[in-house]
Amino acid sequence: MTIDLGRGLVLRNPVMTASGTFGYGEEYTDFVDLAQLGGIIVKGTTLNPRQGNPYPRMAETPSGMLNCVGLQNKGVPYFINTIYPRIKDFDTNVLLNLSGSTLEDYVRGAEMINTLDKIPAIELNVSCPNVKQGGMAFGVTCAGITQVVSEVRKVYHKHLMVKLSPNVTNIAEIALAAEAAGADSVSLINTLMGMAIDAERRQPKLSMVTGGLSGACVKPVALRMVWQVAKAVKIPVVGLGGISNATDAVEFMLAGASAIEIGTANFIDPAISAKVADGMRDYCERHGFQKVSELIGALEG
Amino acid sequence: MKQIADFTLVGKECYGTSVLLRLRDEQPLPEIVPGQFVQVRVDDSPSTYLRRPISIHDVDVANHEISLLVQMVGEGTRHLGAANVGDQLNLVLPLGNGYTLPTKGERVLLVGGGIGIAPLYYLAKTMALKGVKPTFLLGGKKAADLVRVDAYSSIGETLITTEDGSLGEKGMVTMHSVWQQRQFDKIYVCGPKRMMMAVADIARANNVWCEVSLEHMMACGLGACLCCVEDTVEGNLCVCKEGPVFNTRRLKW
Repeated sequence: MTIDLGRGLVLRNPVMTASGTFGYGEEYTDFVDLAQLGGIIVKGTTLNPRQGNPYPRMAETPSGMLNCVGLQNKGVPYFINTIYPRIKDFDTNVLLNLSGSTLEDYVRGAEMINTLDKIPAIELNVSCPNVKQGGMAFGVTCAGITQVVSEVRKVYHKHLMVKLSPNVTNIAEIALAAEAAGADSVSLINTLMGMAIDAERRQPKLSMVTGGLSGACVKPVALRMVWQVAKAVKIPVVGLGGISNATDAVEFMLAGASAIEIGTANFIDPAISAKVADGMRDYCERHGFQKVSELIGALEG
Repeated sequence: MKQIADFTLVGKECYGTSVLLRLRDEQPLPEIVPGQFVQVRVDDSPSTYLRRPISIHDVDVANHEISLLVQMVGEGTRHLGAANVGDQLNLVLPLGNGYTLPTKGERVLLVGGGIGIAPLYYLAKTMALKGVKPTFLLGGKKAADLVRVDAYSSIGETLITTEDGSLGEKGMVTMHSVWQQRQFDKIYVCGPKRMMMAVADIARANNVWCEVSLEHMMACGLGACLCCVEDTVEGNLCVCKEGPVFNTRRLKW
């Protein structure tokens, strides 16, 4: 079930948990043996602490949810001093999702994370839709992504995964720019910008009016984008967006993903990530695949 | 330890827009503290994607049973209320931090508003076992909003207010005559936020210890998604993980 994403990032199976949906892993250890996962991607972290946006930050939608959490986190130094010692010996890959509002913040954060032995990769978040300076400014243009990825690449020497925004006109172009700037892989999709209104009160349901849509409802969009990007780039693609079971995960692999992330589904079934890993193994046995990597891009017709 | 389990609905009592669900697990229950809650998965309801956080109304350790008092306010809770005896409900439990129990000899008041009375029942039962005699002050808009009053009365003195005067004293819980007549060492509150803020004001004015249970919209219930935050003196805290019970000293209200 092993997947090698390159530059030292080897997953024991293709299943990781998406940033912002799995805390620091500690919140889920009653439900999941982390050794059953390929990796966990911990909460989006910025160089300096952020309080995030006011409540309400969440609105339920048909088969999904909107959030405008706004990157609430205690900053990279707090992560290094307080959280990292607690989670560094988890028996899985622990990736850090790094976000920022300025180029300098990204570079400084990446430099600091580079020193942590047990963090094999950064997922560079250039696509948070919920804060004015959430990095999405970098993630929606080829020039922006080229700039941030190439600067981080200079100081970060381990696996650099770049998380792409779906809120663009041509995601393949953005992915190609990330690849050319030195990304080792791309992950997609981050949430889709959306909005919810309470008609009775004639008010927005979210404190920031708009938020990021996730959950089962985004899967067809995510699957299409993964397929487009996988055809365009040579680096591995990590697929996410609405994956709720092993079949969904297999579909993303067939569309060209080398690994997948489980996000919002963790909220509905806290044990889903391990179940998806088991289910993918069953699928491979049932269909006679010797290695799960044989599924990558194996879409027929 | 938190767990996910399928419970069987073994008893159901309807009270207008509220329903009491008695749920049994095959396995022994984990230790549950008064004030904790469960996340219930709502099956076969297309518009309900997330679990619903519901406070624990009662626990029967011997029979592996918990009771939930659910007010049917939206599609998700209406779906839960429509469950039939014999149906399975998938729960994640126990979640959050409970109330701080009083010590013997302390005078305690349990203030509940509307469906917010739900967690106070198990809280009072637990106190009574420790030899503390609780007094309830329960409020609703009208008599029909206050359910299972007899059950509450069997544990402790039960004072009531209704806004239309159809039961107990007329007015809000904060207007009840008990506030003028007696003093308490600890006040426990659960109900609508405005009512809890008003009770917290009284407690603060009298320098009385007070804990409230907040109800925010949640996604994960585990402290991972950071959706259900309350702006506290310690910054934004997750109601699901740091709460739902907070001492009013920690809150900005």
